[in-house]
Amino acid sequence: MKPSPFSYHRPRTVEEAVELLGALGEEGKVLAGGQSLVPLMSMRLAAPAHLVDVNHIPELDTVAVTAAGVRVGATARHARVEKDAAAYDAAPLLRQGLVNVAHPTIRNRGTTVGSLVHADPSAEMPAVLALLGGSVELRSTAGSREVAAADFFVGPMESALRPGELAVAATFHRPPPRSGSAFVELARRHGDYALCGVAALVTTDHDGAVTTARVALISVGPVPVVVDVGAAVHGTGTAFDTERLAGLLDAAIDPEADIHATAEYRRHLAHVLAARALTEAHEHAGPTRDERAS
Amino acid sequence: MTTKLFGARIRRSEDPRLVTGNGRYLDDLGHDAYEVAFVRSPHAHARILDIDVSEGVEVDGLVAIYTYQDLDGRMGEPLPLLIPHPTLTHGRTQHALARDEVNYVGEAVVMVVAVDRYVAEDVVGRVRVDYEPLPAVVGIDAARAAADLVHPDVPGNAAAVMVQESGDAEAAIDAAPHVLELDLSIERSASMPMEGKGVLARWDSDDESLLVHTSTQTSTSVRQAVAAKLGLPVDRVEVVTPDVGGGFGVKIVHPWPEEVLVPWAAVRLGHPVKWTEDRREHFVSSAHERAQQHHVRVGYDDEGRLHGLSVRFWHDNGAYTPYGLIVPIITSTQLLGPYKPGAYRVEFTSLYTNTVIVTPYRGAGRPQGCFVMERTMDAIADALGLDRAEVRLRNFIRPDEMPYDHGLIFQDGRPLVYDSGDFPASLDKLTKLVGWDDFEAYRAQARSEGRRVGIGLACYVEGTGVGPYEGGHVRVETDGTVVVSTGLTTQGQGHQTMLAQIVADELGVPFDRIRVTTGDTRRFKYAVGTFASRTAVMSGSAVALTARKVREKALRIAAQALEASVDDLDIVDGHVEVKGSPGATIDLGAVAVLSNPLRYAFDEAAARATQFATPADPDTPPVAPGEAPGLEGTDFYSPPRSTFANGMHAVVVETDPDTADIKILRYCVVHDCGTIINPMIVEGQVHGGVAQGVGGALYERMEYGPDGQLLNASFMDFLMPYASEVPEIEIDHLETPSPLNPLGVKGAGEAGVIPGSAAIASAIEDAEGIPIRSMPISPSELFDLRSRRSV
Repeated sequence: MKPSPFSYHRPRTVEEAVELLGALGEEGKVLAGGQSLVPLMSMRLAAPAHLVDVNHIPELDTVAVTAAGVRVGATARHARVEKDAAAYDAAPLLRQGLVNVAHPTIRNRGTTVGSLVHADPSAEMPAVLALLGGSVELRSTAGSREVAAADFFVGPMESALRPGELAVAATFHRPPPRSGSAFVELARRHGDYALCGVAALVTTDHDGAVTTARVALISVGPVPVVVDVGAAVHGTGTAFDTERLAGLLDAAIDPEADIHATAEYRRHLAHVLAARALTEAHEHAGPTRDERAS
Repeated sequence: MTTKLFGARIRRSEDPRLVTGNGRYLDDLGHDAYEVAFVRSPHAHARILDIDVSEGVEVDGLVAIYTYQDLDGRMGEPLPLLIPHPTLTHGRTQHALARDEVNYVGEAVVMVVAVDRYVAEDVVGRVRVDYEPLPAVVGIDAARAAADLVHPDVPGNAAAVMVQESGDAEAAIDAAPHVLELDLSIERSASMPMEGKGVLARWDSDDESLLVHTSTQTSTSVRQAVAAKLGLPVDRVEVVTPDVGGGFGVKIVHPWPEEVLVPWAAVRLGHPVKWTEDRREHFVSSAHERAQQHHVRVGYDDEGRLHGLSVRFWHDNGAYTPYGLIVPIITSTQLLGPYKPGAYRVEFTSLYTNTVIVTPYRGAGRPQGCFVMERTMDAIADALGLDRAEVRLRNFIRPDEMPYDHGLIFQDGRPLVYDSGDFPASLDKLTKLVGWDDFEAYRAQARSEGRRVGIGLACYVEGTGVGPYEGGHVRVETDGTVVVSTGLTTQGQGHQTMLAQIVADELGVPFDRIRVTTGDTRRFKYAVGTFASRTAVMSGSAVALTARKVREKALRIAAQALEASVDDLDIVDGHVEVKGSPGATIDLGAVAVLSNPLRYAFDEAAARATQFATPADPDTPPVAPGEAPGLEGTDFYSPPRSTFANGMHAVVVETDPDTADIKILRYCVVHDCGTIINPMIVEGQVHGGVAQGVGGALYERMEYGPDGQLLNASFMDFLMPYASEVPEIEIDHLETPSPLNPLGVKGAGEAGVIPGSAAIASAIEDAEGIPIRSMPISPSELFDLRSRRSV
C-alpha cells in the first residue's frame, strides 16, 4: 500500500495551478483533502504521474454567504462548512448532509468541493447540491465556466470536470422562504456510505401547507437522483401519500445490489427514508424570520 | 504480606507507554533494513506456467527477486503441519513461495527485496507471471459437491472426517418423545488485529547468529521453525516479539511464509531485511475463521430435557491445513456448553476450498458450536412453549456433578472433563441483571410506542489454560528490582500487570519494583505461546510457583544474615523482617547481593558479598552444594488438562419495523473465569470480546465471489464495528475457583466473543418471530426474511 512514483507540485495561486493542470492534462490530478485520492493511490488503484496540491492557495479557502446562497471554495473543509453559522442559516441542508459524511476526523480534512468532483453516487454532498440547485465553477487556462448542478454529475465517479480544469468553488442556492429540509440515511455503521440516503426540501405556504416537495436520493442510481414528489402531497398539503410517493420514486431510481444490500432492499429503503425525510423537512418548514417577527 | 494485589483493580502498567504512542511495534524497528513486497496470486486456483522478472530488474533500488526455484535446502519443502491428527488423513501445507500451483488469491509467488517498500511494490508491478487458471472451489456447498477439487489427490475435498460419540445418540433420539432437526450456518470472519504481521531479521555474519523480531503469538516456536528451515543450530537463532498490536489467533500460526523467507533473505544478503504486512495483504494472505454448516438432530422430552443430540457439520478449512483440525475439534466438543446432551454424536468433515487458510480466531470454533447449541435450545423452548431460560436450566450440569466427564476427547488430546462451575447460579445472576422476568412488560410498552424489541440469551463453556506447559523466571536484582520473564508472548492483554500482581504478592515486593518481559527467547527459551486463553492460567501459575521458590531462597539467605530462623521471617514491601522484632530487617536487594559471593566489589553494595566482608565457615564452600549464585529461580507449570471457564450473555435488541435496522439496546454478561486476578483487565477482555462478537453477529463476513476473489478486502467494505456500534456492556462476575492450578484461575481472553452470534440471533428471533438460522445478519437480510415470510 505505497503509491507509485509521482511528482508533487505546490502552486500558490489559482493561475499557477491552472497553468500546471493545463500543461499536465490527463497526467495531472488535483490534491485537496486527499480523503479519497490518497487511499486510492496507496492501493495503486490510481496512479497519477503528477499531483497538484491546491492546499496552499489562500483564495480557495473560503465560505461566503450571499443573498443567492453559499459559495464554498475548493479547499474549504467539510467541518468548516458544517460549523459555519451563516451557511446553516442560509441552507440548513448543508449541515444536515454534512453530519452524515464519514467521521469528524475525515470531515476535518476532506473538502466539500472535492466530494462533488469525486462524484461518488453514495456521497451526500452531490445530493445536497443537486437538490438545492447551484453550480460548480471550473477554471482552466481557457477561462472560467459555471456548470449547473443538474449537469455536473455525469455518472458514477464522473463529473463534468475536464482534464486541465480546477474546480475553484461550488455555489449552493438558498432555498425559498418557508422551506424546510432534512437528510435521512441508513448506513451499515456510523459514518459509512449510506445503503440509501434521502435529502428532502419542502416549501410551504403561509398556512404551512406544502407547495413544493423534492427529494434527492443517493446510492440508488449512477448519480444523485432528484425527484419532484409534489404529486404525492395530500390535498390538505399536510401529509404525503406513501403509495404515490413510492410510485414517483420507483420511476426515477435504479438501485443495484452489492455486498451490503439487495436492490430490492434499497428500493424499499428509498420509499421509507423519503417519507421520513419529507415529514422531517415539512416539520422544519416554518414561517420566515420576518414573518415570525410580525 | 503487604496489601494484596491479587484480585485488585490495578491500572495497567503498560498503558501510559502504549496510549501515548510510545509503543514499539515491528514497523518501528529496522529503519536500516531492506524491505520486502510479494507478488501474490490473483487467481484462486491456477497452475504457474512462467515467471518473467526481466522488467522488474530494471528498477533502481531493487536488491533481489526470489522465486520458488531459489529456495534451497529445507526452504523448498512445504511449511510444517503444526498439529497432526490421526484423522487428518489428507493434510496439506503450502510452500513458502508457490511451487507450481496456487490455491488461493493472495498466495505468495515471488519475493521482492528492495531498498524500501515503495520500490519493492514498483518491482512487484513489473513482474509477469503466466497462469493457467483452474476451476476454483469456493464455499462449503461447492467443496461438498466436489465437482472440482482443490488438491487433485484429495478426494471429495475432504481433509478429514472425524467422529466422536458418547452413548448411542441416534437410538436415544429415535426413542425420545420429541425430535427436531435444524440446519444452521455461520459465515467467515477473521482476527483482523490493528497491526498486521511483520518480520525483521538481522544476520550477524561474524557471530553467525540470527536475531529475528516478529509480530507473533509464539516466539519460542518461531525460533525452532526458523532454525529448522534455515538449517541453523537453534542456539544461533533468537526471536523477540516487540509490542504486538493484537493477535486474536492469527499470529499463533507459524511459521508464516514470510517468517522464514525474511530471515532466509537476511542471511543470504548479509543485510537486515524487513517485511511489514499491509491491510490488503492481511485480508488475502493471513488466516480467516468461522465458516461452518451444521445439521442438528435432537431428541427431547416434554420437559425440554435432552435425550440425545447428533450433529453433523462441514468446516471450511481453506486451501491448506497448517493448524490441523483444532478449530473443528473445538467446535465439536465445546458445542455442548453447560448442558448434558444425553447421548451425543458429532461428525465433521473438514473441507478444502480455494480460499485463505482457516485457523483459530478468538473463540476458535466455539462461537459456531455455541450458536448451534443455543439455537437448538431456543427451538426446543419454542416447540414446547417453554421459557428459554427454563429449558436451559433443566439441561444444565449441576454443581454437585462436577467434575463432569463428557466422555469425549478435547483439543489438548485430554478428556473433556469440566473442573468446576455453577451454571444455575450464573443463569440466576444473568436473568436478574437483564431483568428477564420483567421483559414482557417492557415489550408491551415498546409495542405501544410502535417499537419492536426482543431479548435473547446464550450460554457457553470454554476450555482454557491448555497445556502442555509454561515457565517463569524470577530474579531479584541487587537494587531490589525484580525481573520476571515468561516465554509466551503478549499482544496488549495486560499480561505485564497481571503477572506483576502475582509476583508482588508471592514475593512481598512493591508492584512498581517488578518488570515483566514476555516473548523474548534471549530471556526464556521454553514456552508454548499465547492462545486458548491460557496466559493467566499457565504463565500466571508458573511465575507464582517460581516466586515461591525465590521467596524460600531469600528467606534462607536472610535467616543467616539476620541470625534468625526462617520460620520467624516474613517479606514485607521488599524487606525481609523478623516477625515481632522491628529493626531486624534486610532489604531484598541486599539479600540478592549476599546470594552471589564475590571476589570483586564493583560498587558499595557489592562489597558486602566479597571474601573479606564477613567471617565465614572455613570448611563450607561459599556456594553450598545444591545452591546457585543469584537470588533467582525458574519453574514450570504443567496442568493435567484444561480448566473450563463459562459465561452467559443476554441481549436486548430493537428492530426497525420499516427499515429492518438492528440496534442493540442492552448487552449483559455474567462471566466466571475462576478466581479473578484483576477485574479491570478481565472486564476489558470481555469488552473486547463482546465487540468482536457483535462484529461477527451483525457486520463481519468475508465476501468471496464464485471465482475466489475476496470482494471486500478493505476496511471500507469489511465492516468491523466501530465504538458507535458496540453497546454499553453490563458485567457481573461469579468466581468458581479451578481446582487444577495453584491460583484457582481460568482463562478469560476469548470469553466475550463466544456467545455473541447466538445471543443476538436469539434476540432478533424474539423480536421478529422469524427463525434465525444463519449469522451474521444484515438489515438487508432481515428485510429479505420478512419479505419471504409475508409471501
